[in-house]
Amino acid sequence: MQLVDDIGIRAEKDKDILLMTHIVLGYPSFAVNREVISQMVENGVDLIEMQIPFSEPMADGPMIVKANQDAIDNNVTVADCLEFAAEITVRHDIPFLFMTYYNIIFKYGEEKFLRRAQELKIKGLIVPDISPEEGKAFFALAEKYQIAVIMIFAPTSTAERMKELASYGNGFIYCVARKGVTGRATSFDEEFNSYLERCRRSTRRPLAVGFGISSKKDVDYLTGKADIAVIGTRTIKLVDAEGAAAVGPFIRGLRE
Amino acid sequence: MKNNNGYYGQWGGAFIPEVLYETFQELKQAYTSVRNDESFWQEYVELMATYSCRPTPLTHAENLSRHFNGARIFIKREDLNHTGAHKANNVMGQGLLVKKMGKKRVIAETGAGQHGVATATMAAKFGFECTIYMGEEDVMRQRPNVFWMEKLGAKVVSVTSGSKTLKDAINEAFRDWVTRMDDTHYVLGTVCGPHPFPEMVAWFQSIIGLEARQQILERFGADPARVYACVGGGSNAMGIFQGFLERENVELVGVEAGGKGLASGQHAARLATNDASPGVAQGYKTMFLQNDDGQMLDTHSVAAGLDYVGVSPILTDLWEKGRVRFAGATDDEVMAALDLTMKKEGIIPALESAHAFVQAFKEAGELNRDQAVIINMSGRGDKDIFTIAHAFNDPSWQQFIIEKGAEYATR
Repeated sequence: MQLVDDIGIRAEKDKDILLMTHIVLGYPSFAVNREVISQMVENGVDLIEMQIPFSEPMADGPMIVKANQDAIDNNVTVADCLEFAAEITVRHDIPFLFMTYYNIIFKYGEEKFLRRAQELKIKGLIVPDISPEEGKAFFALAEKYQIAVIMIFAPTSTAERMKELASYGNGFIYCVARKGVTGRATSFDEEFNSYLERCRRSTRRPLAVGFGISSKKDVDYLTGKADIAVIGTRTIKLVDAEGAAAVGPFIRGLRE
Repeated sequence: MKNNNGYYGQWGGAFIPEVLYETFQELKQAYTSVRNDESFWQEYVELMATYSCRPTPLTHAENLSRHFNGARIFIKREDLNHTGAHKANNVMGQGLLVKKMGKKRVIAETGAGQHGVATATMAAKFGFECTIYMGEEDVMRQRPNVFWMEKLGAKVVSVTSGSKTLKDAINEAFRDWVTRMDDTHYVLGTVCGPHPFPEMVAWFQSIIGLEARQQILERFGADPARVYACVGGGSNAMGIFQGFLERENVELVGVEAGGKGLASGQHAARLATNDASPGVAQGYKTMFLQNDDGQMLDTHSVAAGLDYVGVSPILTDLWEKGRVRFAGATDDEVMAALDLTMKKEGIIPALESAHAFVQAFKEAGELNRDQAVIINMSGRGDKDIFTIAHAFNDPSWQQFIIEKGAEYATR
């Protein structure tokens, strides 16, 4: 089953909005990742993006930059991340995606990486530093292995550019809620609303909104406007401060 | 430079987050329009002649030539450019472009601090707000430049992520840019990064090579046998090489940071060793010093400006095609070459530039008096006073610092 079908089935289950969460693999450890993922799945998370650490995470803010760096400093390898993914996708029946930067895939070998991702039952791939201008061949290869490449819209994208982007990839569209990097607050104002309307008019794919989504209030605001709310930095901070056990109640509280 | 959508052979490209797509469209358009406008280049040359010190001289190093008893050694004096390095060429050019684009704020990364000082200078002259990103390690080793940037009105942000050097400063500058692209231009300091930066920076730096070619013909009457330039990102090398690229009888030599030795693993030599491999980071594809997973490695050099994991995609292409030869100079060799140049010629090259001197000195004896070589002296060495004094283990300087420290401590 492809990612877009997973999303369709989940959306029919009486949910007003789906939740996608983000973890950095190997940070603070795979053991904690394991527990956090269980907490997330048991409390209703619909999709999880697992970030394979990279030493130059250009689109990320300080929190996720530090998580990437700490994981690498702790000798977390790409092979470790793939092995962990194999275990997790068997244990939990929700769609998992990989998020990483292009160099990780390039060094591993594009086709080899996609083949391995398919074997691991990974449904999609989020790569913030590859555009259609550079990625056409890679996107086509991903289709062959039924891995949905998630295209990214930004507030600076014109309607014309959005239509072009949406002619590539699959699954859903990741709408970056604001300018800047991950982990800072987003103000949901008229400008945001008109951006989201522009996104909606440009594609029939489900829309995920991420960057600065951290509370029930944010999720409520997005309900009815977007299909998926993405919680990233917030749960990494929560695990750092209160441990993995705090994740379950937090996730549950987002849609209560 | 000939390229295909920002590719030089298989190297280059533009690997940027979507949020910057429109910003790059705008930049490419602005750059293309000035590139095709002859009056812009005239305005640029005029600015460099009246505000900076262009054309910079080509000095015949007679004592060094005699000392090595081989080729006649000429030195292209980018140290005499305003702010003390070739960096001003690129920065003033981009400054004129920023004025045309109507932006009010500039940001830049800096390693040795020369690009930061040049950008802060340009911002002061043109009335732009300015923020400079600099790795924490480089802030420590290039403190005088931090002082000048701040005095020139720039805000200097010490970058504490990653290896705390140039690559991390570049990442941080991009993080700023994705937040404030509307009023801000990123003045990238070298011939790296996403298209159109390599091409655009190479264009502004080509002024070095244009002058050098004309000067060597006037002074020596023929092409040089070899041209030497140090290579960090590669902007001074691309600058001077462009004057001679079409002259196939001129051998072009890029000198990378050999650090503690090319076999030590503690260096920043991408093309002079087999330690680098193809990769995509910081928005472009080139040869990077990285591990098998694609994680960038820590690099080492006594010269902050050469301490970088990647290298210009244009130079990687020229290396692959065999047009530019690469060598490495170790920290120790650099100190010896610096010492000799000061004593023989009364010239103080920057630690970065001294790498080019090392290789030229190694090879000068292979050539004869009827042949000439040019060393591109990308910058002056007085900025490195703390590092150089430390490396020479200079006792009177150490005493001075101790006394100064005591004086401030009692305040």
